[in-house]
Amino acid sequence: MNSTSNLINALYIFVLAGFIGFEVIRRVSPLLHTPLMSLTNALDAIAVVGAIVLVGMHESRLSTIFGFIAVVAATSNIVGGFLITDRMLKMFKSSRPAANPADKSVTKK
Amino acid sequence: MTAELGSLQIVIELLYLIASVLFIFSLKWMSSPTTARHGIWAGEAGMVLAIGGTLLNRGMDYRLIATGLVLGTIIGVPLGRVAMTAVPQRTALSHAFGALCVTLVGSAEFYLRTPEISRFMMSVLSLEVILGGLTVTGSLMAAGKLQEILPQRPLTYKGQNFVNFLLLAAALGLAVFLVLHPDAKSLFPYMVMIALVFGVLLIIPIGGADMPTVISLLNGYAGLSAAAMGFVLNNKLLIIAGALDGSSGLILSIIMSKAMNRSFTNVLFGAFGQVQTSAAAGEEARPIRSATPEEAAAILSAANRVIIVPGYGMAVAQAQHKVRELYDALTKRGVDVRFAIHPVAGRMPGHMNVLLAEADIPYDRLIEMDEINGDFPQTDVALVIGANDVTNPAARTDTTSPIYGMPILDVDKAHTVMVIKRSMNPGFAGIDNPLYYLPNTLMLFGDAKAFVGSIVRELGGGHG
Repeated sequence: MNSTSNLINALYIFVLAGFIGFEVIRRVSPLLHTPLMSLTNALDAIAVVGAIVLVGMHESRLSTIFGFIAVVAATSNIVGGFLITDRMLKMFKSSRPAANPADKSVTKK
Repeated sequence: MTAELGSLQIVIELLYLIASVLFIFSLKWMSSPTTARHGIWAGEAGMVLAIGGTLLNRGMDYRLIATGLVLGTIIGVPLGRVAMTAVPQRTALSHAFGALCVTLVGSAEFYLRTPEISRFMMSVLSLEVILGGLTVTGSLMAAGKLQEILPQRPLTYKGQNFVNFLLLAAALGLAVFLVLHPDAKSLFPYMVMIALVFGVLLIIPIGGADMPTVISLLNGYAGLSAAAMGFVLNNKLLIIAGALDGSSGLILSIIMSKAMNRSFTNVLFGAFGQVQTSAAAGEEARPIRSATPEEAAAILSAANRVIIVPGYGMAVAQAQHKVRELYDALTKRGVDVRFAIHPVAGRMPGHMNVLLAEADIPYDRLIEMDEINGDFPQTDVALVIGANDVTNPAARTDTTSPIYGMPILDVDKAHTVMVIKRSMNPGFAGIDNPLYYLPNTLMLFGDAKAFVGSIVRELGGGHG
């Protein structure tokens, strides 16, 4: 595998993931657009894996310092993002009595 | 870099694949409030697997990594505990953090790899740091405006768009040069710096009213720059997460700009709030009718169907909890109370729903604009609290109005309209609202929290 075919594969993945994202996010209730944004923010902070490798491999002093700051920034997004999304979603309650989210979630769509 | 993947590498890749699937499910479950919390668990599980898998790489300095993770957690926890009114600026700040991570990793990779870097790779890397860089400062500016550290009014000067365009062209020009001559390392910091400056200048002319669109747009940029980072690192999980985040930001920006009847270019280059100030004058001395809390309470308790239209003014007055008491008192009397939510109510997409949910108002009572607009003619009372432009009927009829064409809530079609407002001063955008002069409109002058509180007392449902 050379780097060009790697890039072509990566492009395929990007385009297909973009389509999935478009279809999935189109169906998100407007009720939940704020939690959606904080959730995608947390998921986006998966960039931390690139930063972790930079820090862990110690290839140069600059890359270690940059990587370290990047790890801190991304981790704060992961922790803060999941935390606040959870707090928001906990607040959404239905007016219907005896609403039990556990058995409602079983019904599809 | 080797052609054959070792067995450890295969394990890591498989963990990344599982994480990608979990991320997609995480977003899929956000489609409904009943399943949304599963989405968080899926996202967290994916995150743990991905980070765990990355740590399996051999020869890592775990102590430094752990320090970074702990430090990030210490910063992240308070950011996850901010008040619900502060969520927009928190979100903007986290866009900045995410983009900072991407920009730093991209810069480090540049210095590690050059000059042995393919042209395509260098192009993607440039895209990564330019998008990342402008998102860092742009998001910080947006957060500053939302936190009201920076002036909310748009700042414009002559030739602004020209200067911005020139900067962007300079950054792209440097990128092209670096693609052709990757050994010109000394130019790289200039490219990053121009991107940072561009981010600041991009947000300066954008006013507070356009923040929902801008936050969504910056969300999209952050996602795209993360996807570009995935290309550079050949990390498929990152590409997928970035593409998901990018499409989310794009969809939300489209929804927001549609809700304000504005195009992207209009938001980015238009400086809302400049033209309208003159339109407010010359509309003096038209008769209005006002009412006291007692009268308002009497009308509300005689109604069968009430729709409450909350705007950001309600949140500013901290009136959500009083509104909840009003909802309780009216529901107890058998009145059907619902809330009409305009897409741009609040400071970011969906913000108003969160503010009302925090006040324990059930989410099935929060109805989107398109769904509820047809119900206004059969509604006895529409109660507008702290909303202005989104109820302005001029948007439907007056072609000279700056908000003409913007989709609005048709409150004027209700039998009686009641508007809680401090005074007759025009709203943030400075546009006069003909709604206030209609024969079926009653103005309720006062602070939203105090006024709703007095109505609740009249209805006998208040707590103290």
